[in-house]
Amino acid sequence: MFDHLQQTGALTCFIWKRDKVRLLIWVLGISLGTIVLGAVYPGLFSTIEEQLIMAETMENPAMIAMFGPVYGNHLGAIFANQLLLFTALIVAIMSVLLVTRYTRQDEEAGRIEMIRSLPVGKLANLCSTLIILTIAHILIGLITSIGLTALRIETMDLTGSLLYGAVLSITGIFFAASTAFFAQRAETSRGTLGYSFAFLGLVYLVRAAGDNGTEILSLISPLGLLLRTKVYVNNHWWPILVTLLLSVIVAYFALMLNSIRDLEAGFIPARPGRKHASRFLQSPLGLALRLEKTTIIGWAIGMFILGASYGSIFGDVEKFFETSDLYQQMLPAIPGYSLNEQFVAMLLLITAIIAAIPVLLTILKLGAEENANRTEHLLARSVSRTKLIASYLSVAFISSILMQILGVLGLWSASAAVMEEPFKLGRLIIGALA
Amino acid sequence: MTVLRVENVTKRFGNFVALDKINLEVKKGEVYGFIGPNGAGKTTTIRILLGILKATEGRAEIFGLDAWNEAVKIHQNIAYVPGDVNLWPNLTGGEVIDLFVSLRGNVVKNRRDELIDRFDLDPTKKCGTYSKGNRQKVALIAAFAQNADLYILDEPTSGLDPLMERVFQECIREVKDEGKSVLLSSHILSEVEKLCDKVSIIRQGKIIESGTIKELRHLTRTNVKVVTKQPLSLTDIKGVYDIQAVEDEISFQVDNERLGEVIKYISEYEILALESKPPTLEDLFMHHYQERGDD
Ligand SMILES: Nc1ncnc2c1ncn2[C@@H]1O[C@H](COP(=O)(O)OP(=O)(O)OP(=O)(O)O)[C@@H](O)[C@H]1O
Ligand SMILES: [Mg+2]
Repeated sequence: MFDHLQQTGALTCFIWKRDKVRLLIWVLGISLGTIVLGAVYPGLFSTIEEQLIMAETMENPAMIAMFGPVYGNHLGAIFANQLLLFTALIVAIMSVLLVTRYTRQDEEAGRIEMIRSLPVGKLANLCSTLIILTIAHILIGLITSIGLTALRIETMDLTGSLLYGAVLSITGIFFAASTAFFAQRAETSRGTLGYSFAFLGLVYLVRAAGDNGTEILSLISPLGLLLRTKVYVNNHWWPILVTLLLSVIVAYFALMLNSIRDLEAGFIPARPGRKHASRFLQSPLGLALRLEKTTIIGWAIGMFILGASYGSIFGDVEKFFETSDLYQQMLPAIPGYSLNEQFVAMLLLITAIIAAIPVLLTILKLGAEENANRTEHLLARSVSRTKLIASYLSVAFISSILMQILGVLGLWSASAAVMEEPFKLGRLIIGALA
Repeated sequence: MTVLRVENVTKRFGNFVALDKINLEVKKGEVYGFIGPNGAGKTTTIRILLGILKATEGRAEIFGLDAWNEAVKIHQNIAYVPGDVNLWPNLTGGEVIDLFVSLRGNVVKNRRDELIDRFDLDPTKKCGTYSKGNRQKVALIAAFAQNADLYILDEPTSGLDPLMERVFQECIREVKDEGKSVLLSSHILSEVEKLCDKVSIIRQGKIIESGTIKELRHLTRTNVKVVTKQPLSLTDIKGVYDIQAVEDEISFQVDNERLGEVIKYISEYEILALESKPPTLEDLFMHHYQERGDD
């Protein structure tokens, strides 16, 4: 075992050396961002009433699905409710991206091969990756807790702030471990990213479902579990310990798989490819579509589920709107639009933003292809630069429409199932495309 | 003394058999050539020896240690250069060389700078801006800057220009003179011919021929050119192939074991000029491919 870890220290320093700027941007961006938000938060509410209204606003099924349960109505509780889950998501995304970068991506690029030909243990690279990320996440936690405490906001005390930081750290560590695990299963860095983000999405959605009813679902989902720390309200530490234990177990499995597998291989083997390019593939448009196929399909499924999960809470939302006087006063009906429709408009905006991500990825892909000198092959073969860019842009455009429609379809089908008076599908789609 | 031994190693990727019970043995002080067409299994063999792929069956040993289980110990005394060197784009060549050197230890003093000079590399440039050949130089410099007992080189000159190829050949001769061993996989047969004592030819995952270059030559045909006074016809003679007549000069290939017989036969026609050349490794190579290519 010790043999497998040889030179872990040297490789840890090496990761730091080649990527310190990126690491610092993540660490400081997340922690200082949180502190700045903490500093401006008290200014958002000029009176206690406003604060209470905000607390009640957050306490409806739609908001709970998005931000998690509300545990109190003082400033600290509102801060933790509105920010903790989303900051944790960002920390998780950081873990997924960086772990993939230091493991599968380096392996795929053939760099790990050079390292492994030296007297370096089989597990040294994976271990040093986990060490670097653990250190980064602990730093995020520490800076955040110290900063939040230093703000001297009455309801944001030292214990709560420490716990707040700890939730961020442990979320990062858990998703670093899970990504390390998926990096062993998948054969490529895109596969690793795909599995890891799908897992993150699943964890988030299971929590959303759990927070709105079946508590056990929230306890299964690490994100849900970590919200049960009830930061600034009850300050429970046990979810931190449970998640830490879970992370250690997942990391152990990742290391074990790493030690028995071949370099550049996975446990979910890639399928053999086609022998000949189909006619379709032989045009730049076809190539762009083929290269983006997996991304597009993955996102399409994701969008549908996202839409469906928003749609599924409409029944509750409807009831909630009827019963909550406060809400009806707060959102004075815009003539001609029901509250539900206003809420839908907001959701459509969110799905539109999320649907823009795969579009962006497709366009970024063209940049990546160019960096890898693969566009040269095309440009050298009587494909004009404009045509190449146009192909990618049209793939991006078509996929953006597809994503929106799927998101709406999901929303509509689920909401139709739970609402007494469902929306008109046509109207939703027109709204979404506007 | 055996430095490297591969015994009945089979490697399967799913159902695909990349290596089929191959055997190899490199002794101390030997420069061993490993040749074969694209996709034959050279890189796969080398990766098993490096302990980064696990053999499906069989044993691979270096210095008497198991290549998979004792990789770390083995790697302290071997140097490796892959055919396709990939480096971190935002580090300079010099930084990468230092990293590799420090991870292994065993540095020979001043050797690094001397090699950078000889290979004419600019170590201050970022790896991302290096050409294929320059990336290969980085790996070569790191490999030769250290003391190793075995050098494993997988098509190390595939990106080098002829001048640098020559520097590389000098380096190999130097380590050979120091009694070190080398396993050199290559497509460039003239290089193998110049440097190697022994050769194994691999094709479709099977070793089809092994031995010294001299021994291998015996397995093939000699090229003969002859001019005779009396008109000569060889079409019915056994063991003669590829007859071509240009004016009065006849050139042909003959199986080595029939060379004596054929010369005797020709001498009856009064030889005016005779030239015979041993087969080049390339002939040998083609011979094997064509022969096996038919089945
Ligand atoms: N991870 C893998 N999965 C499936 N097949 C593989 C894998 N790695 C190699 N192969 C196959 O094994 C065979 C041997 O490949 P290898 O890279 O060893 O050839 P090579 O002799 O080094 O060729 P070249 O001269 O082109 O470098 C090839 O047919 C290759 O496609
Ligand atoms: Mg190869």
